Amino acid sequence: MEITLETIVFAVLALFTTVNAVLAVTTRRILRAATYLLFVLFGTAGIYFQLNYSFLGAVQLLIYAGGITVLYVFSILLTSSEGDMAEHLKGYKLVAGLIATCLGLGVCLYITLRHDFLPSHFEHGELSVRTIGHALMSSGKFGYLLPFEVISLLLLACIVGGILIARKR
Amino acid sequence: MIHMEYYLIVSTIMMFAGIYGFVTRRNLLAILISVELILNSVDINFVVFNRFLFPGELEGFFFALFAIGVSAAETAVAIAIIINIYRNLRNIQVRNLREMKW
Amino acid sequence: MEYTILILLLPFVSFLVLGLAGMKLRPVAAGVIGTAVVAVVAAVSYCTAFEYFFVAGRDAAGLYPTLIPWNGVWLPISATLHIDLGILLDPISVMMLVVISTVSLMVHIYSFGYMKGERGFQRYYAFLSLFTMSMMGLVVATNIFQMYLFWELVGVSSYLLIGFYYTKKEAIAASKKAFIVTRFADLGFLVGILFYGYYAGTFSFTPDAKLLVAAGGMIPLALGLMFIGGAGKSAMFPLHIWLPDAMEGPTPVSALIHAATMVVAGVYLVARMFPLFVGYAPEVLHGTAYIGAFTALYAAVVACVQSDIKRVLAFSTISQIGFMIVSLGVCTSTDPHAGGLGYMASMFHLFTHALFKALLFLGAGAIIHAVHSNEMSAMGGLRRYMPLTHATFLVACLAIAGIWPLSGFFSKDEILTACFAFSPVMGWVMTAIAGLTAFYMFRLYYNIFWGRENRELHAAHTPHEAPWTMTLPLLILAAATLVAGWIPFGRGISSNGEAYTIHIDGSVAAVSLCVAVAGIALATWMYAREKQPVADRLAETFSGLHRAAYHRFYIDEVYQFITHRVIFACISTPIAWFDRHVVDGVMNLLATATHGAAYAVREMQSGSVQRYCIWMLCGALGLTILVLIIC
Repeated sequence: MEITLETIVFAVLALFTTVNAVLAVTTRRILRAATYLLFVLFGTAGIYFQLNYSFLGAVQLLIYAGGITVLYVFSILLTSSEGDMAEHLKGYKLVAGLIATCLGLGVCLYITLRHDFLPSHFEHGELSVRTIGHALMSSGKFGYLLPFEVISLLLLACIVGGILIARKR
Repeated sequence: MIHMEYYLIVSTIMMFAGIYGFVTRRNLLAILISVELILNSVDINFVVFNRFLFPGELEGFFFALFAIGVSAAETAVAIAIIINIYRNLRNIQVRNLREMKW
Repeated sequence: MEYTILILLLPFVSFLVLGLAGMKLRPVAAGVIGTAVVAVVAAVSYCTAFEYFFVAGRDAAGLYPTLIPWNGVWLPISATLHIDLGILLDPISVMMLVVISTVSLMVHIYSFGYMKGERGFQRYYAFLSLFTMSMMGLVVATNIFQMYLFWELVGVSSYLLIGFYYTKKEAIAASKKAFIVTRFADLGFLVGILFYGYYAGTFSFTPDAKLLVAAGGMIPLALGLMFIGGAGKSAMFPLHIWLPDAMEGPTPVSALIHAATMVVAGVYLVARMFPLFVGYAPEVLHGTAYIGAFTALYAAVVACVQSDIKRVLAFSTISQIGFMIVSLGVCTSTDPHAGGLGYMASMFHLFTHALFKALLFLGAGAIIHAVHSNEMSAMGGLRRYMPLTHATFLVACLAIAGIWPLSGFFSKDEILTACFAFSPVMGWVMTAIAGLTAFYMFRLYYNIFWGRENRELHAAHTPHEAPWTMTLPLLILAAATLVAGWIPFGRGISSNGEAYTIHIDGSVAAVSLCVAVAGIALATWMYAREKQPVADRLAETFSGLHRAAYHRFYIDEVYQFITHRVIFACISTPIAWFDRHVVDGVMNLLATATHGAAYAVREMQSGSVQRYCIWMLCGALGLTILVLIIC
């Protein structure tokens, strides 16, 4: 595989994402974990951009990085009263989780790499926002009006539910 | 030209990092972060499959889009619950959540 | 005569009312209800007797008919075999109705005075009503199974009344003892009933003769087993041990249950089955005679040395019931003129004995009421303080001793005549026991009313005559005792139903009178005076015999030994060990295993989502690897 700019960008993004993902679950400070998560989300957004899904990448940045991570940080600041060094993992659980995870990773990678996918080809070309908008708003075949409305309801329900649960009684 | 498998390797590693965190962490927020990792890796898979295998279609794209929306909702509710727990127990370690056990 | 059902219903209703609502009532009100009901029952009983003997009268064959005014099938078992509940009237059941209602009424009235101020006054009257109902049901039973039902009810009410003072340890022990011993005997009764029902094909008293003949040796066996039940209730040796202890109950209860009515149930049972005994099991009948004779002798000897006046009366009761059983047992036919006299004599003695023994117990109650003790040592010289009780007690003593013209003379004379007709040996033995009876009754009498007076005690607490509620029954019973002997008893009741005129056998009467007078004279010589040198010297000379008799010849100890050392130690303990360690052990093992398994499984259901997740992951991995290997 010849080294192109694309390859280098992908390699950097992949390395950045995986390393941060691993760090996010291994760090003992919860605030750092949230930060690593933010980096992972950035990396993922980068991957989306690289795949020419700019809209999705933007959404990822907006919702995940801008919204959810901020939510995490706030709740961490709200709840971590006894210091963010609270994690002392027990040996057997760590070992069991590690073994199971590594085994699963190995098996999954083995299957993924052994599998013959459909003949794949990378088509360049940005997915236009107009197409997305039409698909979202159309009710015919390949239209996503119903899921769109349903998720709007879901979001409403989750707003109400969040308020109800977190409300001081 | 980057092969699809490389993206899949990245998402798999991210997925199992999330599982590892979900299984081993004690802090509810850390567990939630791990769940986000898992969700994110799945999103990557959807998008990658859409782009490489079915470039003319939009299913994977929209699935990822809606998954982001759902995960936002899930996070909001989960954090509300966690804050509620914190208010009652003054911490959010899972080993202390024994009230409703047995 | 359908109204006879009232005899059963009224006391039952009264029992329910007093038992359920008794504590809401004032004690006097409860007593009045109970007494009024028994008074009505007594009136109905007298009415029944009058109508039965004089209005309905004899049938064409010159016999008193057996009437069944009420009968209903309760439990049908097969076409011929069914358990009925009903009312049967024949001479002996009518006679028993009169006796029971009379004594019960007297006891009810008497208890007003005797039980005054006792805790549980209402409960007492409730139990008395229950007893009256069940005893009435027993005597009017139309079949042997109904008799058994009421027999057990009588046992229960006896148990309840003996244990009336349930805070007293002895009373509880005595009530348990009475219940267990009679229950044990009733096992024989029940087995006998089942044999009888199986082979005779019916529970009624008049089975098919063909079936009885076909059953052969089983009918005597069944009757013998039934007699075991009767022996338990009637305190025949060796099942007599409960009766002396039953004196722990209130004295009026002793008078009603343990002297006049319930303890003669065994006699009544044999009399009820009399045609079968004579016809199909004469050997068993004669066997009962020997048991009765031995019991009479044993109890009379023991009664001579007891110091508790109620115990003396208890043994005297056992002895007199022995007389009745002997009298039934010496019958050889159902013809009163040839070997069947004993039946009439037994019923006659049952009748007179109920009256004078109730009188004796009630008198003893009045004495105990006056001196607050059962012991003879607390008495002596009481004739000055309690003239009325003294007079009535003397009447009763003379009656039981068999002095003309009191009631006991007539009935005892008939019994002795029947015994002499059976065999001279039996006759002489029973005559001797009659003399012994006179002796111990007058020993009792002198020790209470004459003899050594306990002056310190009487000075500290002067004995006084009982209130009128107590003396009135005494007077009524004394009057009845005086005249009961003159009732032409044989006209109403005889072994084959024909009228039988009682005629006094001169020689037997003379002998029994002489023996009775001799016994009284001996007792007078030994016990009448302040100093009793003869009695003391005799007790010293025969100290072994005296002590043995005082301890009732150690029969209780033998029972104790058999039950504790033999049955409990050798049979029950190993069984209990087996039950506790093997049977329970298996069950405990099961329980422990289940418990342990539950705990082991519980670990899997820890509620920890993370642990579930690991297991799920492992399962998924395992499946995946399996699929990979297979493919």
